This record gives sequence, structure tokens and C-alpha cells, in this order.
Amino acid sequence: MSGDFLYPDYEIIRDFSRCTVCHDCERQCANGCHSYNEKLGRMVADNAKCVVCHRCVSMCPVSALKIVKTDHTFKQNANWTGDVIGDIYRQAGSGGVLLSSMGNPQKYPIYWDKILINASQVTNPSIDPLREPMETKLFLGGRPDRVEYDEKGQLKDNLPVHLSTQVPVLFSAMSYGSISRNAHEALAKAAAALGTYYNTGEGGLHEDFYQYADNTIVQVASGRFGVHKRYLDAGAAIEIKMGQGAKPGIGGHLPGSKITEDVSRTRMIPEGTDAISPAPHHDIYSIEDLRQLVYSLKEATSYKKPIIVKIAAVHNVAAIASGIARSGADIIAIDGFRGGTGAAPSRIRDNVGIPIELALAAVDERLRQEGIRNNVSIIAGGSIRSSADIVKAIALGADAVYIATAALLALGCHLCRACQLGRCNWGIATQRPDLTARLDPDAGARRLVNLVTAWNHEIKEMMGGMGINSIEALRGNRLMLRGIGLTEKELSILGIKHAGE
Amino acid sequence: MKLSGKNLSFQELNEAVRDTTDEHIELCDILGHRYIGAGSSGRDIVIEGVPGNALGAYLSGSSLTVKGNAQDAVGDTMNDGRIIISGSCGDTAGYAMRGGKIYIGGNAGYRVGIHMKEYGAHSPIIVIGGRAGAFLGEYQAGGTIVVLGLGGSGCPIGGYCGTGMHGGRMFIRGTVLPGTLSDQVLVEEPDRHSRLLLKEILSDYCRYFPEVSANSLLKDHFFLLTPNTKNPFKQLYTAC
Repeated sequence: MSGDFLYPDYEIIRDFSRCTVCHDCERQCANGCHSYNEKLGRMVADNAKCVVCHRCVSMCPVSALKIVKTDHTFKQNANWTGDVIGDIYRQAGSGGVLLSSMGNPQKYPIYWDKILINASQVTNPSIDPLREPMETKLFLGGRPDRVEYDEKGQLKDNLPVHLSTQVPVLFSAMSYGSISRNAHEALAKAAAALGTYYNTGEGGLHEDFYQYADNTIVQVASGRFGVHKRYLDAGAAIEIKMGQGAKPGIGGHLPGSKITEDVSRTRMIPEGTDAISPAPHHDIYSIEDLRQLVYSLKEATSYKKPIIVKIAAVHNVAAIASGIARSGADIIAIDGFRGGTGAAPSRIRDNVGIPIELALAAVDERLRQEGIRNNVSIIAGGSIRSSADIVKAIALGADAVYIATAALLALGCHLCRACQLGRCNWGIATQRPDLTARLDPDAGARRLVNLVTAWNHEIKEMMGGMGINSIEALRGNRLMLRGIGLTEKELSILGIKHAGE
Repeated sequence: MKLSGKNLSFQELNEAVRDTTDEHIELCDILGHRYIGAGSSGRDIVIEGVPGNALGAYLSGSSLTVKGNAQDAVGDTMNDGRIIISGSCGDTAGYAMRGGKIYIGGNAGYRVGIHMKEYGAHSPIIVIGGRAGAFLGEYQAGGTIVVLGLGGSGCPIGGYCGTGMHGGRMFIRGTVLPGTLSDQVLVEEPDRHSRLLLKEILSDYCRYFPEVSANSLLKDHFFLLTPNTKNPFKQLYTAC
């Protein structure tokens, strides 16, 4: 039906006074937006194919291109917005589930932006990180209940196994398959250079990347792709994925078309078959069952690896985390509803789960109340956008944070949210060799190192301002935070006072 | 090494098993000790009693023999090796196993062989002498499951078998299948090639269970269950 036509949301604008018809835009665009029109004797663009990734804009040698939001609109309606109408047309036409990627883009409160950080004035003077030592190294894992001495009065090493990172930032799980080999290599190299960790996701560990094993967290999810003894032994820690912030309550599904020969080898499934990770682990229906998986992994690796359990931030996250802290897990990773994904049903991405800020505060508070906060460390993720977000997360109770969207942005991602198409022009969310070749792993690693190094310095500046010289002393230090424009209820969940109090 | 599990926790028992250099290990008085042989390779462990959950999880080449019953999650994510259970086992045996063999003399619980997969030379096999519970081979992506239903009559498997199946095969002995088979499962008579595979599997199984005769079993009727597509969820998605 012709009424289904939707005018593209964005328009490619070409400045013909600059365009030299060099065809670079045409070569750069895997979506086929640009072409040469012989009759007109100039380059033309098909706006309908544009995903707004800005590859052509960035690569145009004469800056002849820009992409603008169209001013074409449905008749203004606050309830039936253009997006809502468009989705209905699309679904009425196709009968399909709306699919999109990256994090929840909807207008929900961003609590990070409603929290302010303290600084010292006069008393408890601030510390200058340029001339004073500042500690951002930290350890992730359980803490012993007490200090123990042997018969000779020497301190006993009764520390549970742990991870140690130089910066409070880890790269969170993205599988090989959802992102390219070069993107993985950049993450692995950056993690090694920074003294932190990257995470395989559930796509297995590529043979070439075992050399970065000391900086690798290996993931075990419901599909158990690429999981075997050597893989488990390789990782510095093992993460059990129970859920993901972008799509809580549902599983993953990497279509057969993305299972190329190399991805197939790493996942250990035949080429071209769907890689299905169902929503639940079909052997985990309770905390007891989770404990069984935690201990089976510990037994298989001789208790040498900390076990992380990753969950999505959902309504009763505090009670779930309490169970996990008693399951034998060493670290809990909580992923907020703005966390990214390579593909998720849009309705789930946009409507399921809760913000990480509230989930994190609730979990930290609950574990403290129950006297089990020291059983585990907490890693918070789900849209950490800056060093300020990190300082706020740690003061709300996190030990460290996971970043992924920010890491991909550092690698060139322009957040066009079309990963599910598999035609990423920046060589990140694709397996097409001509596209993945566009991402240089060494240059990518350098940019990741730059980003995290810069953030770490900013963290030190903010800590110094508060008169704190160790990141461990910031953890759960909610007196360093004040809310701005928040309700009593929000303040009480976050466990912070309002600005001015 | 010979070791009694009496008064030992699972951690103590498994540590002793890991620490010994002996290839052949006999464990007796086993009563619910979990994770025996987890991740191990090159061991031959004989178990008397009832091992606990996750026996031989991530097994990487060892051989485990249980003289008795086993509990849940036998051979979870195992990659290679052999687990022989003379009695019955609980739920989710062979979850996501990618290689090796699990032979069960008696019955098996629910959700056996879920996510079983195969890759390259690895193609796992589960043979169940008795009956299997519901949800057998859900999301099966590779490997072979055989259910013999010995000592019983009627359909030897529970309902909802093979939901989401997208690889591998199942041989079910008998003449009746449950009414709740998934649409994704194709039911066929085994062809010559499949019968050869079945013969090979049964002959090996009978080496460990000599009271069963492969040749006489092969005279009985078997259904062959395979997936009707490699891409079961090629649901139409719409980009927005």
C-alpha cells in the first residue's frame, strides 16, 4: 500500500559548489546511499538508505556533505508522534518485530546529570594530583572477614581470588560476531596497555587473542558458545551472563548470516547456523542453581579465577543481588537499561529495566544492610559516559565500572544504532572484510588508551578536590554527592541529600 | 588411587582427585559430592555411590564410570571424554555438550541434551537406555541423542521434545511419539546412512552394557528426528 511510504528522518545535503565527483562517498557507504547520476552529471543520494553514520561526511575530502534532521513532519501531535506512527506503518506492512541496537535512546531521567560532586574548601584541604600520589588501582573480588595471623604472628594471606586493575574502568562484554575481530583486538590491546580487562562476551576467545589472556574476562552464557577447559583457564576471571541491560529477560540471537568461517571457529558452531542464547540458562531456576554453576566453574579452574555474575538492572535487583552475593560469586556486574547491544527488540530496549543509578544505590544499600557487601565487588555499567559518571557511580557504591558504548565511540562508532544490519561503515559491528579493514586495531587501541587515561586523570582531579587520595575511600561515600531537582523518594533511593542540605 | 568420600566435603574430595598424579582413580562412599571430574582430562574415575550435581562438567577427555545413579547436570558443557552411568540420572544431562559420550543405563530426567552442539570433529552422543523426560533436546544444535526405552512400553520420551532444534539428530526407539513435538522437528524413517550411524553408536553403547544387544535393538523401529531448518528463528524483523 503506497500509504506506507515514510519520508526519511534525515536528509543528506550535498554542496555541489564543493563536490568534485570523486566518488569517495559512494565507496565509503555500504548502504549504497550515494551514486553518480549520468543524466544530471553529478552525485546523488538516496536518503531512505542512510543510517546517519556520518562515514561519508567524515571522509569527504572537500567537506561537501552534511546530514540534517528533516523538517518534513506529520501534523504535530504530542501523543501520536512521528516515531509512533512510523513504527505502526512498518509493523502493519511487515508483521515483524521492531529491531534496533545500542542503548535506550528515550527520554528517561538521567540521574547522573542530577547528581553533583563535592569539593573541599578551607578545611580537609583538597589534594593536587599533579604533585601528590593518587591511587586509582583497585581490587575486585570478595574481602576476608578478618585479618588472620599464623602461629609465628605473621599475617596470613587469606584474600579470596581477585582481579586487580590500575583504573576503575573495564571494557564490558561484546562478542566476536557482534563486533569485528579488529574491534576486539583494539579492546584487548588497550586493556593490556591500561592494566585493566576486556570481556569476550559469549562469542568465545579467538585463537590469536590468547596472548592477552591476563587482561581477558571470559564469558559463559546460556548458549555456552566457545566454552571449553582451555578457554576457562585462559581468562583472568569468568563472567556468567544472566542478563543484559539493553534487553533484560530475553536472550541473544546471532543470525546464521553473521557466523562467518572465523566466527564459527571461535564460537565452535558450524558456519551459517543461528547462534541462539535463550533468555534463561535452562539449568538455572534459582539462586541454588546459580551457585551450582558458580562452583562448577570454580572447581573446573581449581578456585583460581574470580567469578562474576552479570545481571540486568530490573525492579527487584537488590534482592537478586543479595542472592548472588550468597551464591559464591566474587563480583556482581549490574547493567542498567541504557546499556548497549548489537541488536534488541526495540520495545524491550526502550521499556524494560531500570536506570543503573537507582539499581546500583539500591544494591549497595541492601548488601550493606545485610552485612554481605564485602562478600563481593560491584561493577556498574549501562551508559557510563564520562569520568564524572564514574566518580558518581563509585560514590554510590560501585567498585568499578564497565564501559562499552563509550569504548566503541572511541573506536569511531557514530551511534547510528544500526548495528543489526551488519554493514557498519566504521568496521566495528560487521564481519564484512572490506569494512572491518577500515578499523586499524593499533590506532583503535591508542584511542582507547587515550580516553581511559584522560578519564583517569579527571577522576584523580575530582578525588583530589574532595580531599580523597584513594579510589577505595570514595566507594560508597555518598556524603560526597548531592541531588539537584530530585524528589524525596529519588533522594532516598539514591541515599543522598539534596544540594544545599 | 582409591578414596572414600565418607566425611569429605565435595571440595576436599575434588582437591584430592586433582592433586593425585594417578590416572586411575576409584571413589567409593560417594553421596551427593558435586562436580566430580569437572574440567579434567586424562583420568579414568570409577565412582561407587551417587555422585552429586554437575558430574564431569566441562569434561575435557576423562572417562567417568558411575556404578549407580547420578544426579542433575551430568556432563554440563563437556567437550570430550566419556561418562557411563549404570543407573539413572537427573535433569539437564549433557547441557551444551560439544563432544564426548554420555551413556545412561536407566532413565534420564527433564531437559536432557539441551543446547547440545557439534563442531568440526566433535560430535557428542547421549544414549539413554530407559526413558527420557520432557523437553529432550531443546535448542539442539548438533550431536546425536538416542533413547531406547528398554524395559518399558509406549513412548519413551516426554513432551515438547526438540523445541527450537536447529541441528543434530535424535533416534527414538518405538512406534509412538508424543503429541507435543515441536513444529521445528522433522520426523522421518532413518535412511541407510542414519542406520549405519545408529549401529555404530549402539555397538559402542553395548560394550558398556553387555546385557543389551545392539543387533536385536536394530531390528526394532526407530524414529529419526531432525530439525527442519538451521535457522529456526528467522523471524521477520523490521528495522526502526
